[in-house]
Amino acid sequence: MYEVIAFYVFAVSTTILFTITAMSKNVLYAMSSLAAGMVMISGLFFLLGADFLGVVQLIVYVGAVMALYAFAMMFFDATKDIKERHQNAPLVFLLGGLMAVLFVVMFSAPIIGDNIQALYPYAVDEFGNSIKNAEYVGMILFTKYLIPFEVAAVMLLVAMIAGIILAGKKMDYSLTECEVSDEELKVEELDIAEKLKKEEA
Amino acid sequence: MEIGISHYLILSGILFSIGFVGVLRRKNLLMLFFATEIMLNAVNVAFAAIGNYYGDLSGQMFAFFIIAVAASEVAVGLGLLILLHKRYGSLDLEVISSMKG
Repeated sequence: MYEVIAFYVFAVSTTILFTITAMSKNVLYAMSSLAAGMVMISGLFFLLGADFLGVVQLIVYVGAVMALYAFAMMFFDATKDIKERHQNAPLVFLLGGLMAVLFVVMFSAPIIGDNIQALYPYAVDEFGNSIKNAEYVGMILFTKYLIPFEVAAVMLLVAMIAGIILAGKKMDYSLTECEVSDEELKVEELDIAEKLKKEEA
Repeated sequence: MEIGISHYLILSGILFSIGFVGVLRRKNLLMLFFATEIMLNAVNVAFAAIGNYYGDLSGQMFAFFIIAVAASEVAVGLGLLILLHKRYGSLDLEVISSMKG
């Protein structure tokens, strides 16, 4: 009973929050509702017995990705509303609905076929107790999925370097308070003042 | 009423379609990024639900790798967004797009 209530609470709140994200005109509202929706998604993971995945979702998405977005928004003007020219809205919603149907069919098609077996079924230790999720995730991740894990680590490193190089270039001088251009402006002002004096004379 | 896999799949389909509608209708690049995050999360929910249905851990594993991909995508993408904002002063696709067609 509690599971049903929890599922519907999480489902309705994620749907509403993500709809706000997709439809809102304000970047700040969109970002904060996206973060709240991520928290609710992690609740769904906990319901599904994927404890470790839920924790990772909380730490990585809500903690890291959202903080990165928040930092990036310091570069953009987040206070003013976004103006967008929308065209052919019914087609967009029709395509979105079709995509949802296609998605559900795509994911549920293998379930209808019965000849699917669990590749790494939930394990049981020698005493017959089921192993906890986080422990078993570690066991599988560092044996069967070790190479993808390492490749993902290298990918994250490459992405970090790329992010630093892309965003950090010319970070050492400010666009609004550039000393060189300030000096040039002063020189120009002096020139104009001298010209005015000559003309007056 | 029991909550089965179909509930989770339908929920993730709804979330995916919300993200897809966002991708189609957004003209601002930052908002487009938000919409892709929604789509990735919807797929994660589907993976976790199917993994739970089969008593299998592979679904959760793929969800982990999807999270890793999303994190690196955000790191690179935000760098590119900052560069674009410095160059064009805007993140609107209509302003940025240079190809006519």
